[in-house]
Amino acid sequence: MTQAKLSLRDVRVRRGRSELVNVPQLDVLEGEVLVIIGPNGAGKSVLLETLALLQEPTAGRVLFEERPVDGRQLTLRRRMAVVFQEAMLLRRSLVENVGMGMRLRGVPRSLRRERARHWMERFGIAHLAQRSALTLSGGEAQRANLARAFAVEPEVLMLDEPFSALDQPTRDDLLEDLSAALRETGVTTIFVTHDRTEALRLGDRVAVLMGGVIRQMGTAAEVFAAPVDGRWRPSWGWRTSWAGGCARWPTGWRRWTWVACRWSRWLRA
Amino acid sequence: MDLIWDGLGEAIRIIRSGDFSVWEIAVRSIFVSGTATAISLFLGILIGSLIAFNQFPGRNLAFSLVNTGMGLPPVVVGLIVAIMLWRSGPLGEFRLIYTPTAMVIAQTVIAAPIVTGFTAAALRNLHPKLRSQLYGLGASRLQMLWLVLWEAKLPLLAAVMAGFGGAISEIGASQMVGGNLAGDTRVMTTAIMLEVSRGEFAPAIALSVILLVLIFVVNLILTTVQQQERRS
Repeated sequence: MTQAKLSLRDVRVRRGRSELVNVPQLDVLEGEVLVIIGPNGAGKSVLLETLALLQEPTAGRVLFEERPVDGRQLTLRRRMAVVFQEAMLLRRSLVENVGMGMRLRGVPRSLRRERARHWMERFGIAHLAQRSALTLSGGEAQRANLARAFAVEPEVLMLDEPFSALDQPTRDDLLEDLSAALRETGVTTIFVTHDRTEALRLGDRVAVLMGGVIRQMGTAAEVFAAPVDGRWRPSWGWRTSWAGGCARWPTGWRRWTWVACRWSRWLRA
Repeated sequence: MDLIWDGLGEAIRIIRSGDFSVWEIAVRSIFVSGTATAISLFLGILIGSLIAFNQFPGRNLAFSLVNTGMGLPPVVVGLIVAIMLWRSGPLGEFRLIYTPTAMVIAQTVIAAPIVTGFTAAALRNLHPKLRSQLYGLGASRLQMLWLVLWEAKLPLLAAVMAGFGGAISEIGASQMVGGNLAGDTRVMTTAIMLEVSRGEFAPAIALSVILLVLIFVVNLILTTVQQQERRS
């Protein structure tokens, strides 16, 4: 049986009097891509930050490889990488930004340069290596953000709506590149989004988060074929079954799932 | 009008002649205010970071206190520091009154709130999730603080300029706690005041010119660094 890489047990996160997250149990399995989908204000980012050890839960425990997380957060945090919605690149060159995670971990300069170049090439930004990061476009900055996260070779990658600020063509291109990188590395991934296409394209499993509570959990096909909440049901009924049917196909057919979803979106438009 | 021209002529003569007593005062001014600015930078970054990064009860009060501190009247600061350092005061046993150290303390009390206020404002203007992003990349607390300060270095340079300007141009506190002792605690501002009180305007103008040139040169250096950073 696949081991749980990250788990939550009876986790609650409160801010003031409001409870933002209440998750009795969540296991992120080794090597899977878990998509957390939900509307704005559902608590997705808070849940992700709790999993990333960036926020302490008010109650409950976070487990890393089935061991409770204690005071060694820095060591554990350095086994993960987080990508936020905005790239937040530093006032340095692109190559320095991509190498920043490695630099913080004390990776030697030559190895840093080599890995940074590899991931910049993978995300199509190697020609911008010496450019100031502040002069990059939104799409280029987000590519740098992804390259920076992959370059540290994390055991767990967490992405918090990384494409939501991008235009549709850029988003589609980046989704394709990210999907390929995830397949290649096999890294355990938690992907937060409110976009069904992204969830279908990337997710091995999907968790629907609403009001801080996981309302539904299953494969993408299961969740979108019979969504617990109406807002995750597409406006045309046939699209649900089509997308669901596509998602049930073997992993190698994911590309066709994606094509089908884009096609249905185009039809709807 | 002749008074001004005479004064300017005297200033040029003093500067060209390399009058030791004048240059000694100038060097002491730079030393006292430079030391006070350096200590203020340390304290200001520490306190400014704490206020900017942490949520705690009374945070708004802390901001208000810092902002009030930015406008502290030097005479009031001088009075408080003089009372503390006076022979019979709480810190009298250290015998610091009428020493350059006392002047450094007083100028630090004046400059630290300025640097703190600028630092807190600069750090609050950074992206609110930048710290989370740096932690998410694997930064330790110290690495995070260093990177965040590096990101805010342009406004921090402005903080240094404002702090140094506030320290070197004040007079009330230096006069009170330093005593304007020749060869010991006399700095540019206290020397100018003394010359004017004697009716000796020419040396006062000469010292003023030197003081202005000094402030200009320091600010020119910092502004050049700032502009180069902005361009890069």
